[in-house]
Amino acid sequence: MSQRRLQQLADALGRSAKHFNRSEVECLIKLFDMLVAKSSGRSTAVGFDQNMFRDALHCTFGMTDDILMDRVFCIFDRDHDNCINVMEWVEGLSIFLRGTLEERIKYCFEVYDLNQDGYISREEMFQLLKNSFLKHPSEEDPNEAAKDLIDIVMKLMDYDHDGRLSFTDFEKAVRVENLLLEAFGPCLPDIKSSMAFEEKTFQETRKL
Amino acid sequence: MLVETMGVALSKAFQWTTVDSGTDTLEVTPLNENLLKQIIKFAVDFSSKHPQEAVFVFREPLEWETRLDYSIFEQGEGYEIRETTVQSEAKGEDGELLHSVMASTVRVYNFDQLSRFLQIAMENKLKEAQTCLEANREPIVKILGPEYGTVEGQEMSMLYLLDKLENDINPEREMKMKIFLLLRQLDLQLLHSSLKHISEDNRLNPDAINNEVNLLRKISGKGEDTVLESLDYTSDYVFSNGCRAPPWRQVHGEICYLVIKPHDTDPLYITCSAEGVFLNGGQLKGKNCIDYERKSDICEDIVTFLRERSPRFVENMAKQECNFFKEPTSEKTYKHMEVADAKVSGQSKSLCDFTEENVHEKVKSSAARRRSIDKKKLEPTISWKNTTLSASHRYFSDKAAKKDIEEEGRSGAECLKTKKTGSGISSELVKMQTALKRKTSVRFEEVSETSSETEEDEEQPVYRPERNTDLPSEYWGIQKLARFLKGGNPTATVLALCFMRHFNLAQEHCQLAIRDSGCLEVLINLLDTEEIKCQIGSLKILKEISQNTLMRHAIADLGGLEIMVKILDSPDKDLKSLAAETIANVARFKQARRTVRQHGGIKRLVGLLECSSVGSTSLKPYQAKDTEIARCGALALWSCSKGIKNKEAIRKAGGIPLLARWLKCSHANILTPVVGTLQECASEPSYRLAMRTEGMIENLVKNLSGENEELQMLCAGAIFKCAEDKETRDLVRQHGGLQPLSILLGNTENKQLLAAVTGAIWKCAISGENVSKFREYKVIEALVGLLTNQPEEVLVNVIGALGECCQEPVNRATIRKCDGIPPLVNLLTGTNQALLVNVTKAIGACAKEPENMMIIDHLDGVRLLWSLLKNPNPDVQANAAWAICPCIENAKDAGEMVRSFVGGLELVVHLLKSNNKEVLANVCAAITSIAKDEENLAVITELGVVPLLSKLANTSNNKLKRHLAEAIAQCCTWGRNRVTFGETKAVAPLVRYLKSNDPSVHRATAQALYQLSEDPNNCITMHENGAVKLLLAMVGSTDETLQEAAAGCIANIRRLALAIEKAKYG
Repeated sequence: MSQRRLQQLADALGRSAKHFNRSEVECLIKLFDMLVAKSSGRSTAVGFDQNMFRDALHCTFGMTDDILMDRVFCIFDRDHDNCINVMEWVEGLSIFLRGTLEERIKYCFEVYDLNQDGYISREEMFQLLKNSFLKHPSEEDPNEAAKDLIDIVMKLMDYDHDGRLSFTDFEKAVRVENLLLEAFGPCLPDIKSSMAFEEKTFQETRKL
Repeated sequence: MLVETMGVALSKAFQWTTVDSGTDTLEVTPLNENLLKQIIKFAVDFSSKHPQEAVFVFREPLEWETRLDYSIFEQGEGYEIRETTVQSEAKGEDGELLHSVMASTVRVYNFDQLSRFLQIAMENKLKEAQTCLEANREPIVKILGPEYGTVEGQEMSMLYLLDKLENDINPEREMKMKIFLLLRQLDLQLLHSSLKHISEDNRLNPDAINNEVNLLRKISGKGEDTVLESLDYTSDYVFSNGCRAPPWRQVHGEICYLVIKPHDTDPLYITCSAEGVFLNGGQLKGKNCIDYERKSDICEDIVTFLRERSPRFVENMAKQECNFFKEPTSEKTYKHMEVADAKVSGQSKSLCDFTEENVHEKVKSSAARRRSIDKKKLEPTISWKNTTLSASHRYFSDKAAKKDIEEEGRSGAECLKTKKTGSGISSELVKMQTALKRKTSVRFEEVSETSSETEEDEEQPVYRPERNTDLPSEYWGIQKLARFLKGGNPTATVLALCFMRHFNLAQEHCQLAIRDSGCLEVLINLLDTEEIKCQIGSLKILKEISQNTLMRHAIADLGGLEIMVKILDSPDKDLKSLAAETIANVARFKQARRTVRQHGGIKRLVGLLECSSVGSTSLKPYQAKDTEIARCGALALWSCSKGIKNKEAIRKAGGIPLLARWLKCSHANILTPVVGTLQECASEPSYRLAMRTEGMIENLVKNLSGENEELQMLCAGAIFKCAEDKETRDLVRQHGGLQPLSILLGNTENKQLLAAVTGAIWKCAISGENVSKFREYKVIEALVGLLTNQPEEVLVNVIGALGECCQEPVNRATIRKCDGIPPLVNLLTGTNQALLVNVTKAIGACAKEPENMMIIDHLDGVRLLWSLLKNPNPDVQANAAWAICPCIENAKDAGEMVRSFVGGLELVVHLLKSNNKEVLANVCAAITSIAKDEENLAVITELGVVPLLSKLANTSNNKLKRHLAEAIAQCCTWGRNRVTFGETKAVAPLVRYLKSNDPSVHRATAQALYQLSEDPNNCITMHENGAVKLLLAMVGSTDETLQEAAAGCIANIRRLALAIEKAKYG
C-alpha cells in the first residue's frame, strides 16, 4: 500500500475511531493489509469475507460459536456488502477492544438481536442458548434445559414483562449486573486475549 | 560543605542546585519553600519570644545582597536614612551599628534587627531569606563563632559544647549556648518537616505527571530563556483512568509517553510510569510509534530526568525561579522531592568527599553523579527506618520468615495442582478433589503445629442437625440451579450465577442448599478457571454466603482461600476486589488466616493498597476502582491481622507506610478497615512505634471527631493501645485529641464505642498533663456518671481512668462531690479480676483524702478491701494491700478498726510468703501502717512478722527494699523485735541497701538501721559490714530525715565503741 494512502486513511480513521491514536490506527491498517493478503493470496482484495473474519476471530480471540461469529461479522460489516473493508475493520475494533460500557451494551444487543427487529425474542434466545449444555444430564432433554434457562433470563432481564427483551430491558439489566453484558454467549474478547492482541499488533506490526 | 552547622536540615533537607557560575542556589520547590517559611517564622518570632537572646550581637554580621529598595525603611521606625545608606538607630554596647543597608548590601548583627528587617520586607521576605541563606551558608558560625561549627558530628558537638560550658561559666557563653540550643531546635523541626515531606507518596500517578507537564509547558517554547523548546505527549487519547499508554502497556505500570525537545540536545523520548521517568527506545524511523523498551535509569520525575541531560534546562530553570515563586505552586507537581542535588555529595567536610566531588567535576559523568544523588537521597530515610525497627526485632523476624518459607515449601509440595475447565465438571471429580484437598489442609495443621500463635476471638463452626422437612421453596430453587452450574457452558453458568444472587443468600437455608447441592464445590472450582465472568459471578455469591461461619469453614476446607489468593494477581480489577473482600470474610478463623499467609496472601493484599490514588483526599471517578481494590485489600488485612505472625508479615510486606498513607484520606469506607487493621496491630510494639513516628496519631485523633461511630470506635481503640507509650500520650494531647475523647463520653448508647473511648482516656490519663486537660473538659464528672449500669468492659476502663485521675488531689474531691465513692466501693464485691485491679487502685487513691475516707469507712470499704487480700490474683492482692495503707492512715480509730477484722492480721502476715514482688512490697507498706498502732504491732509480732520480714531482706527489688526497710523500722518499736531482727540476720542485707541507687531506699534504710542500732549486737554487725562509712556519706545529705537517722545510727555505734573501750581500759 502506498505511503500516501496509508497517511490519508490514518488521518480519516484517526477521527472516526476515537479509541485509537494515530500510530495505533496505522498498525491496524497494516495488520488488515497483511491478513487480507495472506488469506486471499490476491492483492486486489478489498477486505475480509465472512470466512476469513471468522478464522481471525477464532484464532485471535478464541471465539467458537458460529452464530455469534457471523453476527459479529454483520456488525462489523456496516454497509452489508459481505466484506469488511479497512474502515469497518478499524472502527469495529475500536468498540470491540476498547469500547465504553454504553458502546458495548449497544454492540452486544445488536449481536444478539439476530433478526435485527430491535428485540431479542425467546426464539432468538433459544437459538443462542440451545448449545449451552455440552454434557446433558442423561435424564433430561437438553432443549428443556435451555428453555428453563430462558425462563431464568426472562426473570432476570425482562423488566416490562412483555416476553421479549427490548434494548431498554437489556441496558437496564446490564447496568444492574455487568455480568449480563454477554448473557447469550461470548462476543467480546476477554481481557487476556485483547491485551495479547494489542501488544502483538501495536508492537510487532510496527516493525514491519 | 557549607552549612553543616545549621545542622543536618539546612545542608541535607534543602534542595541545593549549582548553577554554572559556581554559586549555590536554593531550588524552588515546595519543600524548600516550606522550610524557608519555617525559618522566617522562627526569625520573626525570635525577638518577642527570646528578647534577651535577640539583642546578642553576632560574631560576624549576616551579609547579603538585597533587592529591597532602601526607601521602604522610611516606613519602619528606628532607622536613619542617609542618601544610599540606611542605619539602625539602635547601637550595640560598643556603639557599633546593628543594622545597615549600603547600596544594596545588608548587614544584620542581631536577631532583633533580623526580625525587623524581615517584617519590613513584607511579601519579599521569602526571597530575602533565600538570598540570605545562599549568601551565608554557615549562619551558626557567623552568629556564634567558628567553635560552634567545626566539630564533627552533631552529638559530639553537643557534648563538646556542654563540656566547654561546664568548664568556664560566663554569661556570654551561656547566652551563646542558649542560642545554639534554639537553633538546634529549629534544625530538628526543619528536619522533621522535611522527613514528613519525603515520606509522602513517591510513586508517580497520571495527575502528578499531568501537572508537571503543564507546568513545564508554561515555561517552554521559543526563545532564549525557556527551559525547553517543546514538550508533547505522543498520544492525545486519554483513557478513563487518566493514562495515555495503551492498556497492554498499562499493565507494566506505564502512564504516558513524552517527546521532549531541549535546547541543547536531540529530542528525548521518555516513558512516564508509576516507578518513575525513563528514556525509551524513541520514535521508530518515520513512524509514529514508540519502542517501549527502557534505555536509561529511572528518575523520579521529569524535572530530575531533564536536569541530568540538559545543562541549558538547569540554567534556565534557575532563571525561572523568581517567576516560579510568584506562581501558586501546586503541591502535586513537585510531590516527588529530591532531597539533594548532585552537589550535595560534596557536602560533608571530610577530605575524601572533597576529592570525590572533584572527580565528579572532572569526569562529568552523569551516571556517577546520579548514583551519588541516590545515595544521598536515601540517607534520611534509612536513618529514620533504623529508629523504627530495632536490630533485634529484625533478627527475630528474619528467623520467623525462614520458618515460614520452610513451612510453605513443605505445604506446597503437598498441595495438589489441578486444572479445571469452566464447563462440565462432574460432581464425582469434584468430590474426589475435595477429599484430597481436605487431606492437604490436615497436613497444614500438622506442619504448623509448632507455631505458637496466640489468638483471641476464635470462632468455632456450629454444626446444626440436618433438616429434611419443611424446607422452603428457595431450597429447591437453588437445587434446580445446581444442574445449570454443573452441566452448563460458561454462558449458562454465568446466567445461573446471576440468578442465584437473586435468592436471599443471607438466609441459612439458602446457604445450606448451596452446600448440600454440591454448588459450593462448583463455585470454588469455577474460581480456578480462566473464565473471568464465571470467577466474578462465583465470588459474588461466595462473598455473600461467607458471612456465615459454617460456610467460611466449608470454603476454606475446599481450598478456596488458596485460589482466591492466586486471583489477587489477576489483571481484572473487579475480580481482585471481590477476591480480597471474600478473603476478608473467610479469614475470620486462625487456620484460614494461616492459609492466607502461607500462600503469600499477605504480600499480595498489601500490594492492593498500593495504587495511584493513595492518600489523596478527593477521589476522581476513575480512581474509584483503585480505591475499591484498596478498600477490599484493607478489609482482608483487617481480618488477617489478628495473629502475631500475620501482623509481622504485614509489616514485612511494607504495609505500615501504605496504611499510613490511606489514613490521610477522608473516606470512612476505606478508613474503617485501615484503622481497624492498625488498631489490631497496635498490640505490637513495632507498630506502636511506627504509628507514632509516621504521624498516624494525628490522623487517628482527627477521625475521632467524624460522623462514623465504628471509625470513632476503632480510632479510640487504636489510641487505647498506643497510649501505653508516653510520647504517644503527649501526641494525642498536642493534636487536640483529649477534647473529642471527652465529648464521646456523652454517647452512652454505643457500648463498644464507649469501651474504646474510656480505654483511650484511661491510658492518656497516665500523663499528668493530660489529666489537667481532662479536668478542664469535666471528664471526671462524666466518668463518675458511667460507674453504674455499664457493662464490665466499660467499667474496667472507666475505673482505670478514675484511678489515674485521682493521683491529683483536686480530682479526688471531685469524685466525692459527684457521689462517685459509693458505686466504687460497691464494685469491690465484684468478681472480674481486671475490674478489681482497677477498683482497688482507684479506692486507694481516693482514700488519701480524709473526707473520702470517712465515706469509705462508713460503707465498710476497708473490710471489703481487706477481704480482697484473699483474692487469688496477685495484682488484685497487691493493689488491695496498697489501698489499705491510706485507709489506715486516714481512718479514725484505725487500730480498733483493724482489730475488728477477724483473722485480718493473720491474712496480712501470711501474704509475706507470696512470690510476687509487687504483693510483698505493698504488704510491707500495709504492715508499716498497721504497726503504727502498738496493740496491732504486738499482735503481728506474736504472729511472727519479724522472721518473715527478715527472710525478705535479701532482695534486689528497690521498691521492696524501701517498704521492707520502713516496715522493719516500724516493727523495731515493740519488745525484743530489734534483737529478733538481728538474730534472724536482717541487719547485714540492710546495710547493703545503703549502696542502692534509689535515694528513697536510703532514707527508709537509715531509719531502720537507726532503730536497730539500739541493740548492741546489731551495732557490731553494722560495723562489721562497713555501715559507718556509708552512713557518714548519708549525714551529708540534704534530706533532713535521712541525715538525722544516719547521724543517730552512727552515734549509737560510736557510743557502744566508747563503752567497750571504757570497759576494756577504764
